[in-house]
Amino acid sequence: MTGTLQKRPASKAARQETGVLVKDMKVSRGMRAFRVFNLAFLLVVVFLTVYPFLNIVAQSFSSEGFINAGQVNLFPLGFNVETYKLILADSTFWNNYGNTVLYTVVATAISMVLTTSFAYAIAKKDLKGRSVFIGIAVFTMFFNGGLIPNYVLISSLGMRDSIWAVVLPNAISVFNLLIMKSFFENMPRELEEAAAIDGLTQYGVLFKVVLPLSKAIVATMVLFYAVANWNSWFQAFLYLDRPELFPVTIYLRNMIAGVTTAGSAGGTAENVGQIAANIQSVTIVLTVIPILCIYPFVQKYFFSGVMLGSVKE
Amino acid sequence: MAMRLEVPPEAVTADPPGSKDKPRNKPNGWKLALKRDWRLYTLVALPLLYFAVFRYLPMAGNVIAFRQFQPGGSIFGEKWVGLKYVTLFINDPSFWQAFQNTIVLGVLTLLFCFPMPIIFALMLNELRSQKFKKFVQAVAYLPHFMSVVIIAGMILQNFSMTGTVNQIAESLFGTTVNFTQDASWFRPMYISSEVWQTMGWGAILYLAALTRVDESLYEAARIDGANRWQQTWHVTLPAIRPTIITLLILNIGTFMAVGFEKILLIYNPLNYETSDVISTYLYRVGLESSNFSYAAAIGMFESVIGLTLILSANAISKRLAGTSLW
Repeated sequence: MTGTLQKRPASKAARQETGVLVKDMKVSRGMRAFRVFNLAFLLVVVFLTVYPFLNIVAQSFSSEGFINAGQVNLFPLGFNVETYKLILADSTFWNNYGNTVLYTVVATAISMVLTTSFAYAIAKKDLKGRSVFIGIAVFTMFFNGGLIPNYVLISSLGMRDSIWAVVLPNAISVFNLLIMKSFFENMPRELEEAAAIDGLTQYGVLFKVVLPLSKAIVATMVLFYAVANWNSWFQAFLYLDRPELFPVTIYLRNMIAGVTTAGSAGGTAENVGQIAANIQSVTIVLTVIPILCIYPFVQKYFFSGVMLGSVKE
Repeated sequence: MAMRLEVPPEAVTADPPGSKDKPRNKPNGWKLALKRDWRLYTLVALPLLYFAVFRYLPMAGNVIAFRQFQPGGSIFGEKWVGLKYVTLFINDPSFWQAFQNTIVLGVLTLLFCFPMPIIFALMLNELRSQKFKKFVQAVAYLPHFMSVVIIAGMILQNFSMTGTVNQIAESLFGTTVNFTQDASWFRPMYISSEVWQTMGWGAILYLAALTRVDESLYEAARIDGANRWQQTWHVTLPAIRPTIITLLILNIGTFMAVGFEKILLIYNPLNYETSDVISTYLYRVGLESSNFSYAAAIGMFESVIGLTLILSANAISKRLAGTSLW
């Protein structure tokens, strides 16, 4: 089957082609054409990925006339910062932004405590009941109660309209748990054994030996959880009814869905529909900025986190 | 599970974790384990409580699919009604439309969104400049870090009457299309945005696998006269095959849950015909019309199909490819 799919080696040069390591060797014409195509393709990917963001920024600074005429794409037309002023003066926006920060901090703290302690325990290969504990966690990756029973449960626990409905139900991500577990498993046992001989209890080993050596994975996990919590909206959408409890994602969602239209602060009924695209863009830009600021740092950690988690034997 | 030498290889699963109070005769029973590791068990307690309350209790809560449920009453319902709600949804044409849409979107997602990251990773792997590679990666991961609300806002704006897609359509064909409201355009809109969102980040596990391919395999292939394409076909692809299969199984497992949150944010009654999937339908039935039991019955059907899919995908791949999740 492979024979038909192969191209014959084009020349001796192709045979010498060693790819990654050797740079300046003669390469076949086909190879060179491929490289040009590859580069062009990836540049197109980069452009297409970035474009929607640039478009949103352009729209956020454009005036309604140009947006409605369908003329705004990469650059702002009819420069306008009025909408920024409008949103930045909206107290609901700031209140909701504050809620997002609060929910993210509390939820991430809870998640880290639960995930770290569970991962540390189930990484001990001689812990009795270990495989049951792992099974309990892993099964929930493939089967879950579903929307309705969850909704009924959270409501009957009296968590509606409280921070707990947002920060508790998804506290442990089994994916993150497994990454941490395999990190702990790969730690040299001798370290812990030596600490135990020195008279440290299992708590002592965890806090004084293991965690200080796990800064990289802990930082990665904090980022994983923080980004997920910062971006989450559905829990809040389901369980929070009072606008002063909303995270900023719900503020944006309501704006997109046309439930609230920029609100409280200004915008008369007639022009609200018209400037909707502009207001949405401004809100999107303002919500994205914090993520963009930490992004270069975050994506590096995310990659190493995935690498740590995928190295397991 | 590998055991350490000092522990006799007795079955770890023999005792449920709850049986700690029973006296044991076995020398290495729970009593000894508790005595030695009680601190570890205290670490496990809270997370287990979490799983019990927020994961397993809702699973048990699915029983309301067969019971009458009263808002404010017991979360397990009031009295048995048998298969009433199951027969109800089996005879519900809206359900079957949602079912069909779920399958179509699921298949399209597998066809388009699953292979793209593999191709992307392979193309990145061919780049010789590590700096450029890092740059492309960093940009391509960006959509993954955005809230689905932001993604939805971007989709609706780009596909709006005045958005970029219509600007292009107008300059090329002289017409505009109401993409966000026209049912026949929902699927292209959904899938293209899904590819945009997932292609970069989806490549990350393949890139991780690619860094672990043994360089000597390429060396050997080159000595045998393999060109670059043959090296990719005979060395690279087999090397990342386990990753491909694992991710394929996981993708099949989420087949039924197709982008629920995203669809909920971008669909509207005008395109329900193609956009309404099982999860959004049960959301409306359950939480907007308060038919909890009916929606729970649909939800259970969805989860059971999802579980069946992943179990069979796993079994098939175990037999055919020797790779499996467990």
